[in-house]
Amino acid sequence: MARIEHTDDGAVVIIGSGAGGGTLAHELTRSGIKVVLLEAGKRLSMQTFSQDPNEAFAEITWLDPRTQSGTWGTKKDFPTLPVWIAKMVGGTTVHWTGATPRIRPWEVATRSTYGDVPGTSMVDWPIQYDELLKYIEQAEKRMFVTRRNGNPGLPASNNFKVMYAAAKKVGYKQVHTNHMAINTRAQDDRGLCIQQGFCAQGCKTGAKWSTLYTEIPRAEVTGNLDLRSECQATHIEHGADGKVTGVVYRDSEGKEQRQKARIVCVAGNSIETPRLLLLSDTAKFPHGLANSNGQVGRNYCHHISGFVWGIFDKPVHMYRGTTLAGIVEDETINDPKRGFFGGYHMELIALDLPSLPLAGLSYGWGRDFASIIDNYQNMAGMFICGEDLAQADNRITLDPKVKDKYGVPVAHVHVDEHANDKAMKLHAQQQMTKMWEAVGAKRVVRSGSPPATHNMATCRMSANPRDGVCNAHGQSHDIANLFISDGSQFSSPGSANPTLTIVALALRQGEFIRQQMAARSI
Amino acid sequence: MKQPISTDRREFLKSTGVLTGVLAAGSPWALLAPSRAWAVDLAALTSAEGATLMAVAKTIAPHDKLEDAAYAVVIKSVDTAAGKDPALHKQLKDGVSGLGTGFATATEAVRVAALRKVESGDFFQTMRVQTLQTLYATPQAYKLFGYEGEAFSKGGYLVRGFNDLRWLPEVPLADSGPFPGAS
Repeated sequence: MARIEHTDDGAVVIIGSGAGGGTLAHELTRSGIKVVLLEAGKRLSMQTFSQDPNEAFAEITWLDPRTQSGTWGTKKDFPTLPVWIAKMVGGTTVHWTGATPRIRPWEVATRSTYGDVPGTSMVDWPIQYDELLKYIEQAEKRMFVTRRNGNPGLPASNNFKVMYAAAKKVGYKQVHTNHMAINTRAQDDRGLCIQQGFCAQGCKTGAKWSTLYTEIPRAEVTGNLDLRSECQATHIEHGADGKVTGVVYRDSEGKEQRQKARIVCVAGNSIETPRLLLLSDTAKFPHGLANSNGQVGRNYCHHISGFVWGIFDKPVHMYRGTTLAGIVEDETINDPKRGFFGGYHMELIALDLPSLPLAGLSYGWGRDFASIIDNYQNMAGMFICGEDLAQADNRITLDPKVKDKYGVPVAHVHVDEHANDKAMKLHAQQQMTKMWEAVGAKRVVRSGSPPATHNMATCRMSANPRDGVCNAHGQSHDIANLFISDGSQFSSPGSANPTLTIVALALRQGEFIRQQMAARSI
Repeated sequence: MKQPISTDRREFLKSTGVLTGVLAAGSPWALLAPSRAWAVDLAALTSAEGATLMAVAKTIAPHDKLEDAAYAVVIKSVDTAAGKDPALHKQLKDGVSGLGTGFATATEAVRVAALRKVESGDFFQTMRVQTLQTLYATPQAYKLFGYEGEAFSKGGYLVRGFNDLRWLPEVPLADSGPFPGAS
């Protein structure tokens, strides 16, 4: 591992070590570029992941305060936790469930496909689908995605058997154990999936791809990576010419440090990335960096989500097995006849017993609520993952009152539900209810919206600099050496779990930065 | 996980309150405890406050298959938190006194009606989260609700019934995948 001087202004500084930042760090360091990787969380390992659900939640989750407002359901059910993302080396790739379906062609051209939907602020991606697909295919190879490139699918768990039979009963055709970045055989120096069911607590065999034990250690081997864990960026600095010059951060002892940089790439997930840009306001950039048009933090997308549980007479034991290994893709279409634009995936899901009452069920208490939990072992689970439409005022801002332990304003998340979102969610819930009932469910339980695990589009790419924060390479419109390197750069969210697309964009951006540095354009 | 139920009588002397009971013979609690008589000592709360809060927890998450000892674990956790947080301690004391002395022994219907009246307040919301977070996180609750917990240490569910469901047809190989090592 490299030690890069704080005064070295030749390095690329990447903030955040998840799917975007971790992958980009590897791409740059393997080409000989020096990288300082700042990560707010600790470095844990497969060996240390807790197998106690409550303990694992406390260990992995970003629990620093965030505030929220708006009509979206999380405000009532989860007042202090609008989003559920990780804070540790590897970021949310430690917590993610490994699902890697592809974003669809029309989903990168929503404005042209859906038209001018009232109340929305959609833009098309400035990247053609075929161009994006090239990098998605590279990402699938790199992550050993199942059901691609000769990697077999995961075997069917009990939970999936119920989902499969249910889907077939109602006539769905595209039903399988999902595309997963989870090893079905030992490869890539990682173990194979032993169906533990603790995917979201950190995979203890490494079967599930995570930058924590793939991209990051491989970047360290190059000798060009200086990974600094427990180092939280608080400010990006710029020079008189408007170019960024370095990053101010708090180190593991809470001391303020300054790292010089040739290029800064922000990959803090779609909440912390805009927060950091907004925190970096100066006399020259009074609204924060890359924000001359006021777009930073806007158009926040979080996917239409929610659980639909089926309760049966016989045992399912949904917790046994890979959490998300199941999908129905028949509703992943744009068919406005259904009453909404865009499509959704139905994905298999299980929750452990301690997490179910608070994370998996709508607010409730008393006999009726408790009777759901009484049926825990006879429950099967599905989850909606659908495309939400951009709205300009669904946005991340700095909370005017609440500050973190360093006295820095926290992120405020505002989300109002669009009529399209509600219509899609209702459709999905009705279809899932039909499915569970078709295989004999005695009760179907619908949840509200859980804290968002998919956070996107708050610093989006746009062809016209007026409409977004960065260009088709994630390079900010305002500042040539400032990049957005995570899901914040999505122009629209699509309906696929976002990690695969984030990795694809990191590969593409890595290529661009290498070329630009070699050509001395940055 | 630490066993929060103590049968050490000397501990009582240091505490301000105590919750006691007797476990049903053959229950998962009785199998794990050294004695069927149980006691949970409270450091911040009095016995009467503990009893009222236990009745609150039982009203929030009523399960016939759970014994009082399961709810006592929730109150122990609330008591520990109250010992470290004076504002929480006050919130709980005020909440308990608002419910009145008869709450702990009232019928479930009466308790539900009383809690509905304070549902929007911080006291109830604290108790709801604490109850739901703690009640199902013990080895005894795992056993009673049919959750087997972590399986990594035992080789995963791959060899422990991840696919043993037989009341529905098997999934064709094309839509699933081979058992590892089978291909």
